[in-house]
Amino acid sequence: MGAGHGHALYVHEHSPLHRMAPEAKLAAAFGIVVAVAVSPRHAVWAFACFAVMLGVIAATARLPARFVLARMAAVLPFILFAFLIPFVAGGERVDVVGIAVSREGLWGMWNVIAKATLGVTVSILLAATTEIPDILRGLERLRAPRAMTAIAGFMVRYLEIVAAELGRMRTAMKARGYDPRWLWQAKPVAASLGSMFVRSYERGERVHAAMVSRGFTGSIPDLRTRRATSRDWTAAALVSAVAVAVALVALVTT
Amino acid sequence: MHAPDGFLTISTAVATGAISAGTLGATMRRTRSTLEDRYIPLAGLTAAFVFAAQMFNFPVAAGTTGHLLGGALAAVLLGPSVGALVVTVVVVVQALAFADGGLTALGYNILNMAIVPAFGGFAVYRLFRRLVPRSVPGVAAAAGLAGGTSVVLSSMAFSLEWLFGATTPVAFDTVFGAMVGVHAIIGIGEGVITALAVASVLAARPDIVYGAQDLTPTRAGDARPVRFRTFALAAVLVTFVTAMVVSQFAAGDPDGLERVAIDQGFASSAEDHLLDGFLFADYATDGIDNETVSLAVAGAAGTAITLAVGWGLVVALRDRPSSHSPLRSER
Repeated sequence: MGAGHGHALYVHEHSPLHRMAPEAKLAAAFGIVVAVAVSPRHAVWAFACFAVMLGVIAATARLPARFVLARMAAVLPFILFAFLIPFVAGGERVDVVGIAVSREGLWGMWNVIAKATLGVTVSILLAATTEIPDILRGLERLRAPRAMTAIAGFMVRYLEIVAAELGRMRTAMKARGYDPRWLWQAKPVAASLGSMFVRSYERGERVHAAMVSRGFTGSIPDLRTRRATSRDWTAAALVSAVAVAVALVALVTT
Repeated sequence: MHAPDGFLTISTAVATGAISAGTLGATMRRTRSTLEDRYIPLAGLTAAFVFAAQMFNFPVAAGTTGHLLGGALAAVLLGPSVGALVVTVVVVVQALAFADGGLTALGYNILNMAIVPAFGGFAVYRLFRRLVPRSVPGVAAAAGLAGGTSVVLSSMAFSLEWLFGATTPVAFDTVFGAMVGVHAIIGIGEGVITALAVASVLAARPDIVYGAQDLTPTRAGDARPVRFRTFALAAVLVTFVTAMVVSQFAAGDPDGLERVAIDQGFASSAEDHLLDGFLFADYATDGIDNETVSLAVAGAAGTAITLAVGWGLVVALRDRPSSHSPLRSER
């Protein structure tokens, strides 16, 4: 269900959220999703609070509502799955428009839909206001392993090239009349993947050699992004605190 | 496969996150000397390859298409440690920059999509390599079987996580049947594409395929196979641990004490047995048709996954390939 990563989600804007340092933004995003995830499903009001909160953040970031809603379609397969839950779930039955479904299953469906939708909205807000190199920079400043962020950096840099090259291979195959419909016709697709691996690998070797010849010693200097100030951290803490407070009240009252 | 937030309980997310981080930490310690400074561009490019390969659809049947998951392919081409690391990077970036997969779901998404397919898939690959001739078709066939099995292993891993952390009242046997059934079919496509892709890499650059180093003339010769004693010891350990876990299930059947309790008529006051809520989510054991069979299946699946991933890890940590090619010298 992970098909179609055409391009990144970043939306160019000048908003407080865009200016916020990436590490603070990442911390706040994790704070909110954890709060959403621990909130009990019966506290419907808590999810409404989270939705309002994310709406306010989206407005602050000057993101068009249509953009956010369209991107939320990524969780649609899971929501379709969620609609099956009341039918396959066990437990006490209740009637909904004449069909007997599981009461607990309905709550389970609500749980998956609410948390998945809110979670993906947080991810969209993060990705739409932070360029990928900044996300990686933020991760690095939050002490993610350097090897991983560095690999991710190269991956992001070359992703478009590799994807475009695969696209050209596909165009070339189509131009020669290749229109596969069955798995046993997949050999050319697999072979192009194989040759793409060889090309990527050899490009990697060349890039490494080129970097070494220009004095690369293992780490990439941190030049671009400004570091989080106390204002950034205060904003992040404030947002997380509101979310956690909502979750705590929901936990205590339910 | 990219599960969103709220699919499993937060404690499952934390537990799987700890397992994923621990496994990656152990393997990164091994790969650090080569990866940290010198071969990052290479690993980054192959990560871009895996990412792009997941966008590349292949035909399945009557015009429908599927796409590669690539965990086992990466493990065969790059070795299990680097393969797992590369797929982890893909999964993390997909979650953070492409809003694909929940942030709190990262723990189990990494476990199911990177660690289980890479290490489990590589163990399966090694196992089949012993059964097939040492040749290009042999390598391709073993890679294909590993690719197919890795998808089924990940679906089994997800089902087991469901047993521990379901958030909706769908019984374990329903989830297990649906997940493994669907992924057995997906696995056919994954296996075919993995086999053909490995074969085509072998045709062009056999020297860069980690899993086929023994085919090239400059055979390393010092790739130490895991000794039988180590394997047997690990197997006993795994079986023991799994048995302990499964014994938690067994408490669901009335034992002596419970029998007495029922006879004496105070059983109703202790209605909730160990299954409910102690170790497993209430929901996943709600309405299981045949408890004994389901739980035996769960135990067997757990043992299979742990054995495969454990063996893959042992292989990864013990391999000492040496060659001019950078990623092969993981140490």
